[in-house]
Amino acid sequence: MTHMTLNVNGSPHALELEPDMPLLYALRNHLGLNGAKYGCGLGQCGACTVLVDDQPVFSCLTPCSGLEGKAIRTVESLGTAERPGPLQKAFIETQAAQCGYCIAGMLMRAQTLLERDPHPDEATVREHMASNLCRCGTHLRIIAAIGRVARQERSAP
Amino acid sequence: MKARQLWMGAVLLAVVGAIVAVLLMWRPAIVPATAPQRFEAAQVQRGARVAEAGDCAVCHTRPGGRYLAGGLALVTPFGTLYSTNITPDAETGIGQWSLPAFERAMREGVARDGHLLYPAFPYAYYRRMTDGDIADVYAYLMSGPAVHSPALQNRMNFPMNIRPLVSFWNLLFLHGQPLTPVAQQSATWNRGRYLVEGPGHCAGCHSPLNPLGAEKSAQHLAGGMVDGWQAPSLLGLANRTTPWSREQLTGYLRAEVVEGHGTAAGPMRPVSLSLGNMPASDAEAIADYLLSLKDPAPIAPAAATARPAEVVEQAPGAQLFQSACAACHGPAAPMRQIDGRPALERTSALQAASARNFLKTVLEGVPVTPGLPGPVMPPFAASLDNQQLAALAAFLREQASPGQPWADLSSTLHELRQEAQ
Repeated sequence: MTHMTLNVNGSPHALELEPDMPLLYALRNHLGLNGAKYGCGLGQCGACTVLVDDQPVFSCLTPCSGLEGKAIRTVESLGTAERPGPLQKAFIETQAAQCGYCIAGMLMRAQTLLERDPHPDEATVREHMASNLCRCGTHLRIIAAIGRVARQERSAP
Repeated sequence: MKARQLWMGAVLLAVVGAIVAVLLMWRPAIVPATAPQRFEAAQVQRGARVAEAGDCAVCHTRPGGRYLAGGLALVTPFGTLYSTNITPDAETGIGQWSLPAFERAMREGVARDGHLLYPAFPYAYYRRMTDGDIADVYAYLMSGPAVHSPALQNRMNFPMNIRPLVSFWNLLFLHGQPLTPVAQQSATWNRGRYLVEGPGHCAGCHSPLNPLGAEKSAQHLAGGMVDGWQAPSLLGLANRTTPWSREQLTGYLRAEVVEGHGTAAGPMRPVSLSLGNMPASDAEAIADYLLSLKDPAPIAPAAATARPAEVVEQAPGAQLFQSACAACHGPAAPMRQIDGRPALERTSALQAASARNFLKTVLEGVPVTPGLPGPVMPPFAASLDNQQLAALAAFLREQASPGQPWADLSSTLHELRQEAQ
């Protein structure tokens, strides 16, 4: 066990962890942040996607040992059930979730794109989202939801 | 009297100089083709194969962009170029190019309107193609959908932003002639040679470049650098510590994961995907030709004495391998059993003398190819820091090449992170 401090959603958390523990386990089991999901454990599905220093990572394959001093963000940082963020709102309005298991990862990956490029075209969205899979097959609605945010922000004053 | 003669001489020299410069730099426009052309389906189909062989789409399609509509940034030591639209759009593509105009571009590097193309467009290799192949690929390009997509402004440094200067480059380096088959060799070998030296323009990446960005002809196919990746030497592939078999090389060239070498990553990935769209016989022919190339100066494996003073500790790397890599690359990993992920110690990247390609692959991964199930490897640039990557590389290198550690891990990683900025 090693003592380490992880900065998650803007707050420091002092933790006792095995250094090679994947970030996903620390988030879910030690911090109670259950948004990110365990999907394949192989970096092939994207259900565990969270942000490290504004970049999407597969938290199931990211050991905690290198993360001290980095800004980790999870889906919980985007908003709450009562006050969903713009991207979460668009997912709800588009009914982009079926079973919902992939959605936290989808939201976080989409978030990185919108932070970098607030008005991506659909081809860019598709390319960016290609590494996150939805077994229910709601990809088209997920892409539509992201497009809705891109357009909303464009028409905003 | 004397002054007058000198003056006359100077004027004469200037006039002759100007004439030579104009002759060298000026190329006439070729009249626009106006009538829409129709081609036989068989010719268009043959042209599709030539387009794959020449990797047209690899440069002329930007990520997420329309097929062959250009816009991919090519970062060169001389500035940044953007590939152009080669769809038959009359205004922004090559819709007004007649076959003679297209052939001149392919062999001389001159656009229809007479401006000189930059040698990043590999006309130095395409000029070796047969008339038939050039006509076929023309038919293919002119039969595709026209996409309106204006060229992006190149950002070339002075003086390479002055296009007519390319004429001097051409004078110095544009010597390749159409290839004539070698009678003593098989038809397959000759086909492979044609694909490698002509349309495939392998030497464009796999040869070292001189300061003017032209191939060092004495080191043809002896390895080069492209986009921060090492394009390995293609000489002596059959006689290495871990030699390539014909079957392995054919599979690798077709983007498969092959036992003993792994799969193509980086800039070779789209090239191998393109080759995968061609008949397998073409990849076999390339393999035949490449495996016949001898290495005149094989690089001796680094002696064990090259070991750096400090002994690299293996435990941290082993631990990182378990948490970040083993799910796909561990001995019992399902992805290895079911989906052919390679054992890392048996990949070309880990057996190479430089750590660069291994580190690049871990940093960038192997991206998703739309329409194909895989293989896909996630990028680890944001997941692992330099210290972790160095530990991981040291551990895996020891598995692959015991007693020959990579000596330059920290500095290579530092460079790669800088290049990625």
